[in-house]
Amino acid sequence: MTRYTSATDQDRERMLAKIGVASVEELFEDVPESVRLGRPLELPDGKPEAEVYERLSALAARNAHAEREVSFLGAGMYDHYVPAIVDSICQRSEFLTPYTPYQPEISQGGLQAMFEYQTAICELTGMPVSNASLYEGPSSVASAGYLAKLETGRRRFVVSRGLHPHSRETLETYSVGYGTEVVEVPLDEGVTDATALAETVDDETAAVFLQYPNFFGAIEDLATLAPVAKSTGAVLVVSVDAPTLGILKPPGELGADVVVGEGQPLGNRLDFGGPSFGFFAAREQYLRRMPGRIAGETTDVDGRRGFVLTLQTREQHIRREKATSNICTSQALNALAGAIYLSWLGRQGIVELGSLMAQRTAYARERLASLAGVELLHRRPVVREFALRLEAPVAAVLRRCAERGVNAGYPLGADYPEHADGLLVAITEQSSRADIDLLADTLGAAVAAEREHRAVRA
Amino acid sequence: MNRPMQRPPADASAPTPMQREPTITIFEKSHEGRRAAYLPEAGVPERPLSELIPGELLRGEAPGLPEISEPEIVRHYNRISRRNFDLDSGFYPLGSCTMKHNPKVNERVAALPGHARLHPLTPSERAQGALELMWLLQRSLVEICGLPHVSLQPSAGAHGELAGLLLTRAYHADRGEHRTKVLTPDTAHGTNPATVTMAGYEVVKVASDERGGIDVDDLRAKADDDVACLMLTNPNTLGLFDERISEIAEIVHGTGATLYYDGANLNAVMGISRPGDMGFDIVHVNLHKSFSQPHGGGGPGAGPIAVSDRIEPYLPRPQVVRGEQENGGPPMFRLDFDRPKSIGRLRGFQGNFGVFVRSYAYILSLGGDGLKEASETAVLNANYLLALMKDGRAGRYLPVAFDRLCKHEFVLSGAKAKRDLGVKTLDVAKRLLDFGFHPPTVYFPLLVDEALMVEPTETETAEMLDAFAEAVEEILAEAEEHPEVARSAPYTTPVRRLDEVAATKRPVVRQPL
Repeated sequence: MTRYTSATDQDRERMLAKIGVASVEELFEDVPESVRLGRPLELPDGKPEAEVYERLSALAARNAHAEREVSFLGAGMYDHYVPAIVDSICQRSEFLTPYTPYQPEISQGGLQAMFEYQTAICELTGMPVSNASLYEGPSSVASAGYLAKLETGRRRFVVSRGLHPHSRETLETYSVGYGTEVVEVPLDEGVTDATALAETVDDETAAVFLQYPNFFGAIEDLATLAPVAKSTGAVLVVSVDAPTLGILKPPGELGADVVVGEGQPLGNRLDFGGPSFGFFAAREQYLRRMPGRIAGETTDVDGRRGFVLTLQTREQHIRREKATSNICTSQALNALAGAIYLSWLGRQGIVELGSLMAQRTAYARERLASLAGVELLHRRPVVREFALRLEAPVAAVLRRCAERGVNAGYPLGADYPEHADGLLVAITEQSSRADIDLLADTLGAAVAAEREHRAVRA
Repeated sequence: MNRPMQRPPADASAPTPMQREPTITIFEKSHEGRRAAYLPEAGVPERPLSELIPGELLRGEAPGLPEISEPEIVRHYNRISRRNFDLDSGFYPLGSCTMKHNPKVNERVAALPGHARLHPLTPSERAQGALELMWLLQRSLVEICGLPHVSLQPSAGAHGELAGLLLTRAYHADRGEHRTKVLTPDTAHGTNPATVTMAGYEVVKVASDERGGIDVDDLRAKADDDVACLMLTNPNTLGLFDERISEIAEIVHGTGATLYYDGANLNAVMGISRPGDMGFDIVHVNLHKSFSQPHGGGGPGAGPIAVSDRIEPYLPRPQVVRGEQENGGPPMFRLDFDRPKSIGRLRGFQGNFGVFVRSYAYILSLGGDGLKEASETAVLNANYLLALMKDGRAGRYLPVAFDRLCKHEFVLSGAKAKRDLGVKTLDVAKRLLDFGFHPPTVYFPLLVDEALMVEPTETETAEMLDAFAEAVEEILAEAEEHPEVARSAPYTTPVRRLDEVAATKRPVVRQPL
């Protein structure tokens, strides 16, 4: 007997006799000798549960996680508090262990949760329809590109430089398959350059991609950009930071055709980058071109209300090479966490969260910008993330802060060479005033020390 | 005994307690003023929001999320959860999905704050545990797949397939070749052809032979130098090992194309036969199938890829690499972005790390021998259940499509049940619900008329397999006398057959508020 199985030697004998073979080896007679491994796998021997726990716990202990340092890292994933009910509900085996609800009669729980999730995402984004989730943010951006390509038959994507670097790169990767090209529009003082956008969008533009707020935390002026983006019939895709929509005007009211985003901030743990989920909401006209699963309401033969996976003729298991996406297994459990979180926050909580972040961010932004050797990278309105410019080497400053248990943020240089002196700082409801004050003191001291260091060396 | 119930009632006039429960959404439970979340005070000097953010950017009305208290949220989800069938409660022989036990320790280690609250952009030197875990999982998959390089990045099997075809495209392009076609067998998973189109290729179908394997003559005829890749799974979706795999690999490689392994069926051959040894260039592995990540109602999963040396330069960015320290210190792990020939990123950040933790815990728990035994037991269980189902009415009405040794799953055809009893595969599946079983995958692979695809996995006991075979026997016996019973099944589930046509014709995909 091995781990997680029940077959005893007696069981095996009885089963082999029924099959009519003498040994388990005989069951593999059809595997030619030439393709057999013929030796044991070179992996360590199996371990008792306690040792497995110990090994993984030792690995986990070598990570500087958010309970061990005061962190202002964001840039697409954020350390929001995940309420206990999310864990407790998502760990219920009824949600954790089934697969995709192909048999709706015994999957009403999962299907209803999807339907409610779709409703919540529609409410948040201001869009009429939503799917039941995709993998994560950046690949959702790329999936929106496929919709736009199929819809318009055009071959060019126009992206703002304010779109998350991972989203831009993922769209580039997928574009090789789509046969599309990606053209970038620069930023002007922290937001998408509307004039450059107008000059770039043309009759070959399938979609325009904006981020709201953008990678630098700046709230894009969608009301101005949307008509420009859509002037030649392109699909306007807006990637959003979901928790900010508690206070920001939803993209659905500002001309967006497709709204996508990273779902992690909605009740999902950081998990070193995944699993989380991507959301995908759209105008009604795109419903039959959407990627992924969609739950729909219907009735059973007795007239009872029920839910099914609907519009399945879009999907790979039915439509095969003509499918609107190849997605099969996606992120249902993470989307469930998102739906629970949005219910937990509720109509008031989502607004309060947005306001809380805006207040604390304003405080943090002012405090940090007043430090010697630190200034704002842009002065645009923000909700929860903002960019600074340091008059000292960013990597060295971050190292000094880390030594004092503060992760001061994300250095912009790797993704934006033009901002090698840039630092992106993120605020959540977990960043208290004391944390922000500690950041200000630490960052101020680190910048001062580095400037002094440089002066001495000069 | 695992047997959920004796012959269930077929009396639709007596609804079960759960059927009598009204279906109420969380939005319908909402009452103005109720709440669950209490957020911290801002703790900083506050200003009117419109001073911080111009009024025209602010939302006029709050999003219509539910207003509901914590106990009511918990009761809501607990109530609807009971309307799900799940693997921890019963047999789930859903073919091609490998519904094996999800070990509980995996959940515990995945939830450790060092994993769960680790930000993906934490500098490498302070995320050494996470990067080492990824590296260890990569090395484990290298050994299991028999291919020297692994990228963990793809989020699921279909995402791995897309990676595989983009790698194929980059490989050919680097050699100055532009190939336009990808071959897929007529038994392929739907994700294969869907991926082919997304990757900008044209699908060319290859027929199956009379033994359920690839029709090698058809392959030979279609394998010209315009073919970029053949996508295959072995054992295939019929649960059959293609004995001519070496010959197939030779034909494909002879044209200069790549050979892609859809790892959905890897659970049959771990430690027995490795895709790399079969001649495959690119493999995806479904961590949520063979490596025990819970299926979550449709994810999350992960679809790492293993590749040969000639494909390695094109792997997605970033790659986890191990570097020795000059001062003789312990090895340092880091993310390598400097990969000039890379196809680029397929997603945000590094992949579904939480899934990696669970799957690595699974590999540690079983070890090399344990993985092999898991595959052996999965194949034993499948062949035993197949042997049971060759007897009696199942053998008569639901004969196996290809009568050979099977691997981890097998495919029955319900064509005779449909013809002789007037009971379709769908009806058999729906009647199984009344017996407390999740039905097999139905109507796939497309090659088999009225297909039922059964994958018991190594998790199940012989008694459970006996009970399943008995249930099928009872359903068929019942259908000989009263076919209408199966045709109107199920009766005991929270809802009965649902009107999918209406759902498609007039889609209601959100709650009107």
